[in-house]
Amino acid sequence: MAQLTCMDISLGYEGHKVASGISFSVNEGDYLCIVGDNGSGKTTLMKVMLGLTAPASGQVLLGDGLTDSEIGYLPQQTEVQKDFPASVREVVRSGCLNRCGLRPYYSKAEKRMADENMERLGLAPLAKRCYRELSGGQQQRALLARALCATRKIILLDEPAAGLDPKVVLEMYALVGALNESGITVVMISHDIAAAAKYATHILHIGNGSLLFFGTKASYLESKAGSIYAGHEGVQA
Amino acid sequence: MIEIIDKLVLYFQYPFVRYAVIVGVLISLCSSLLGVTLVLKRYSFIGHGLSHVAFGTMAVATAMKLTSRLLLVLPVTAICAVLLLRSGQNAKVKGDAAIAMVSVGALAIGYLIMNLYAKSSNISADVCSTLFGSTSILTLTKTEVWACIVMSIIVIAVFLLFYNKIFSVTFDEDFAAATGTRAKLYNLIFALVLAVIVVLAMNLVGALLISALVVFPAISAMRVYKSFKSVTICSVIVSVACASLGILLSILAGTPVGSTIVAVDIAGFLVFYAINVIMTRGSVK
Repeated sequence: MAQLTCMDISLGYEGHKVASGISFSVNEGDYLCIVGDNGSGKTTLMKVMLGLTAPASGQVLLGDGLTDSEIGYLPQQTEVQKDFPASVREVVRSGCLNRCGLRPYYSKAEKRMADENMERLGLAPLAKRCYRELSGGQQQRALLARALCATRKIILLDEPAAGLDPKVVLEMYALVGALNESGITVVMISHDIAAAAKYATHILHIGNGSLLFFGTKASYLESKAGSIYAGHEGVQA
Repeated sequence: MIEIIDKLVLYFQYPFVRYAVIVGVLISLCSSLLGVTLVLKRYSFIGHGLSHVAFGTMAVATAMKLTSRLLLVLPVTAICAVLLLRSGQNAKVKGDAAIAMVSVGALAIGYLIMNLYAKSSNISADVCSTLFGSTSILTLTKTEVWACIVMSIIVIAVFLLFYNKIFSVTFDEDFAAATGTRAKLYNLIFALVLAVIVVLAMNLVGALLISALVVFPAISAMRVYKSFKSVTICSVIVSVACASLGILLSILAGTPVGSTIVAVDIAGFLVFYAINVIMTRGSVK
């Protein structure tokens, strides 16, 4: 069974339908890239997958032994975080919270895991720095490290490249690609189909109120939806 | 100098002065614990709105001649806290408008009811002391002091036990909820604790000045410190220090307790602001 299956999902705010008929599944080790225009419901779809928002209709099923507290998430940055006094270490450790249950403080193993994830993403020298003083790319890496503390299986990223310098964007994609190669399932929303296509194995394209495409990257690039979207960006499979 | 110390020693022989200091320290400690989160979540005004609700309910309780007014004031304030904190997300009336409506509405209704039903000949003094605290902290009974101690212990225990959860939910509620933390539950607990503190603080500084206790220490600490833990610890220290100093000054100078504490808080903020300016200049050079 797939790790995550969406069955005939409809998205909508306050009775107004944004998209409907979205069905797809994500298997272990996949790298699914969700593309679509602004307002097509990408972020809402991700929130539905995470159980943060109820879909207007349809179902999200978890399988392969995945529970709803084992999904890592990298949300878009919020207004609150911009001047939040928190050290990188505090932010990364907060990813371990779902392992704590009712226990009030982090165990040694959890602290070690946070340190390892900071090491893995090159954040170790920044551990004591204040989150709000980091560059955009460093902030995203801190949030990614936090997400990795929350899961070893699947990670959902909502436009991790938003607002980053072009060079940093490429590093970010490479980093996520490397995580996927290490066995973590990746689901990522992106505007930037060209960069995303380099690493993705599957593409989900929503727009015009429905599912335009879901399938492997190769068949997407040959499809009509793919040619319209990717054609003028000069993507090569 | 010796004169001042002598005067303080003399005053501390009176139990009501000791009560005032104990209550002042506890309330300033509790309010600063929550203050950091409230300020960071952009909820600074919720404490203010709630204090008005507490004032309005206090007026109703007085009019109803309840013997134990806390039994009415605490639940009503708690319900409003829950509603206001929840309205942040997806309400028809947006957060700041909801707070404005509730706070001004409660204030007006409270004053109206006080005027209609209060038998006291000196309504304006009653209103003034409820709003600004005036001397009421020096008339605390032993029961009130114990109630304050017990509730403070509960607040501190909740904060310590849920410290990491409060951090995570404050920093990023979506992430916390997505990874299995019950963010809504913690928001609810937080709202209840806030209500308790507002009701307690009304005794100390009066309804209008409560948000100063919540906001100033947190903002001061955030000027200088850069991690959540250090900001929290610093704001507790600043808050307790300012409250103690304010109470002592008000005893010595015979000024109203609440506004003196707030004045000291403002001075504290200016000091931290200056430190921040000096530090950032130093690092640029």
